[in-house]
Amino acid sequence: MADTRRQPSPRRAEALAGTLLALPAFILMWLMLLGPAVAVGLLSLTDWNFGEPRIHFAGLDNYHEMWGDRVFWISLRNTVVYVGVSVPATVLLGLIAAIAIESVGPKGGLRGFYRAAYFLPVASTLLAMALVWEFMFHPSVGFVNQAFRAVGLPTADWLQNPDTALMALAAIGVWQNLGLAMVLFMAGLKSIPTDLYEALAMDGADGAWERFRRVTWPMLGPALVFVVAITAIRSFQVFDTVQVLTEGGPLKSTEVLLFTMVQQGFTFLRSAYGAAITMVFLLLTLSITLAQTMILDRRAHYG
Amino acid sequence: MVRRVLTHLVLLAGAAVMLAPFVIMLSISLKPPGEVFAPQFSLLPTQWHAVENYTAAFTKVPLARFLANGLFVTLCIFAAQALTALPMAYALAKLRWRGRETAFAMVVLALLIPPQVPAIPLYIGLWQLGLLNTYAAIILPSTISVFGIFLMRQFFRTVPDDLIAAARMDGLSEWAIVWRIMLPTAAPAIAAFACLSFIWNWNEFFWPLIAVQEEHLMTPPLGIAFFSNAEAGTSFGPLMAAATVVTAPLALAFLLAQRAFISGVTMTGVK
Repeated sequence: MADTRRQPSPRRAEALAGTLLALPAFILMWLMLLGPAVAVGLLSLTDWNFGEPRIHFAGLDNYHEMWGDRVFWISLRNTVVYVGVSVPATVLLGLIAAIAIESVGPKGGLRGFYRAAYFLPVASTLLAMALVWEFMFHPSVGFVNQAFRAVGLPTADWLQNPDTALMALAAIGVWQNLGLAMVLFMAGLKSIPTDLYEALAMDGADGAWERFRRVTWPMLGPALVFVVAITAIRSFQVFDTVQVLTEGGPLKSTEVLLFTMVQQGFTFLRSAYGAAITMVFLLLTLSITLAQTMILDRRAHYG
Repeated sequence: MVRRVLTHLVLLAGAAVMLAPFVIMLSISLKPPGEVFAPQFSLLPTQWHAVENYTAAFTKVPLARFLANGLFVTLCIFAAQALTALPMAYALAKLRWRGRETAFAMVVLALLIPPQVPAIPLYIGLWQLGLLNTYAAIILPSTISVFGIFLMRQFFRTVPDDLIAAARMDGLSEWAIVWRIMLPTAAPAIAAFACLSFIWNWNEFFWPLIAVQEEHLMTPPLGIAFFSNAEAGTSFGPLMAAATVVTAPLALAFLLAQRAFISGVTMTGVK
C-alpha cells in the first residue's frame, strides 16, 4: 500500500515518458520549421533589410509593392506555366510507364530493369545531371539537336532562346520526376483487386482499352489525385536547374518564384520582401494540398 | 504476342531516353576536349582521356573534400533525425499523454510546409549566432525530419502492444523500448527513412547555397556548381567526370537497395 503511494502510477509514468520522448523533436520542429514559417509571415509585414539596425511594421507594403512589381508577375506566370506543362506530362508519361511495365508481367527479368531505369533520375543528383542536360542542349554538338536534326525536327539553342528556355527546363523536370509518378502509380495499380478484371472478362469485355476505361482508370482515381498533387508541389519548387543553367534568363524567361525569392532575400538582402514572396509560394503549395484533400473527400463521400 | 513485343519496344525506347543523360555523362568523361565537340557523337572515345579528366576533376577543385563534406553532413543529419524522430514517433504511436493529438496535428501541419519556406528566418537566426559558413549552418535546419516522424509513427502503430507490455515486464524503460524493441521491428521502415534522408540531403542544393560560401565547406552539388562556374563551359570532360563521381554513390546505393528506396517513396510519397 505504501509502495503505490511512493511510486508514480503507471498512467502518470506513461504520460511523463510520452512527453519526454516527444520533447526533443517537438522543440526542434518549432525551432527549424514551424517557428521560422510563422516568422516569415511576420517578417513580410515589416520593412526590414538584412543587417539594418531597426525594424518597422509596414503593414501590407511589401504585398502592395509586389502587386506592382513586373518581375514578380513574370516570375509567377513562369512558375505557373512550368507547373502547367511539366505536371500533365509527368503524370501522363508516369501512368503509361506504370501500366506498360505492369502489363509485361513479372517474367523476363526486364521488369526490374525498366523500373530501375525510369526511377534512376529521381535518385540522382539533379545538379550534376542539370549540367549534363546543359551539354545535351548545346546548340551544335548537343545530343538533342543532333537527334532532332536526324529526324527532321526544328533545332534551337534551347537554353539561350527566351521562347524555349522554360520548356527546356520543364523537360528536365519531367525527366527527373517521371519515375516518382511511375512508382506511385505502380503501387496504386497493385491495390486494384484482380477479380474486377475477371468480372469484366466474364462480361465479355477483355480489350486493353476496355480494361483501362472500366476498371483501371476509375479505381486509380485516388492515386491519380495524389500523384498530381505530389508532382505539382515538387514542380513549384523548381530552383536548381534555373540557378545553375539559366539564372532566370534569357530576358527573365525562366525567372521562377523560388529564384526570385533567393534573389530578393539573399542577393539583394531584402529580407522582408523576400519573406512576402515566400508567403505567396507557401500559399500556392498549400492550395494544392487543400484542393487534393477536397477532391479526395468528395470522392470518398459520393464516389 | 505482338502487343507484348510492342510494349517492350516502347518501354525500351523510353528507358533509352531516361538513361541517355547518364550514358552521355560517362561518355564525355572519357573523352579529350577535341572529341567532346566532334560533330558526330560516338559512345566511346577514339583517344582515351579518362585518367586526365578524372585527375583534373579531383585537382582543379577539391572534389574529395566535397565528397567528404557530403558524407559528413548527411551522416550527422540522419543521426540527429533518427535520434529525435524515433522517440517522438513511439510516443505518438504507443503512449498516452496529454497533448498527443495536438503534437501529431503539428507534425502533419509541418509536413505541408515546403523546406524552402523557413530559409530567410533561419538565415537570420544563424547569422545572429555567428554560425553562417559553418557545417552547423548546413546541418542544423535539417536535424528534424517531420517526414521521418510521420513515417515511423505509421509503422510503430502496427507493432503489437503485447510486445511492448512484455518488455515493460522485463523492466525495460520506455527509452530502452524505443531502441531495443521498436528499432529492430521497424528495420524496413528505418531503411526507407535512411535512404530518403540520404538522397534528399546529399542532393540538397538550395539551402547549402544560401548557408555557405566557402569552398572547403561545400557539399557535392554546391561544389560541382562552383566547378561549372569556374570553368564556364570550357572543360566538359573534367566537369562530366566530377558529375559522375558525385552521382555515382547515390546511383550505386539505389541499385543495391532499390526495394528500400522505392518502398520508402511509395509509403508516403513525399520527397
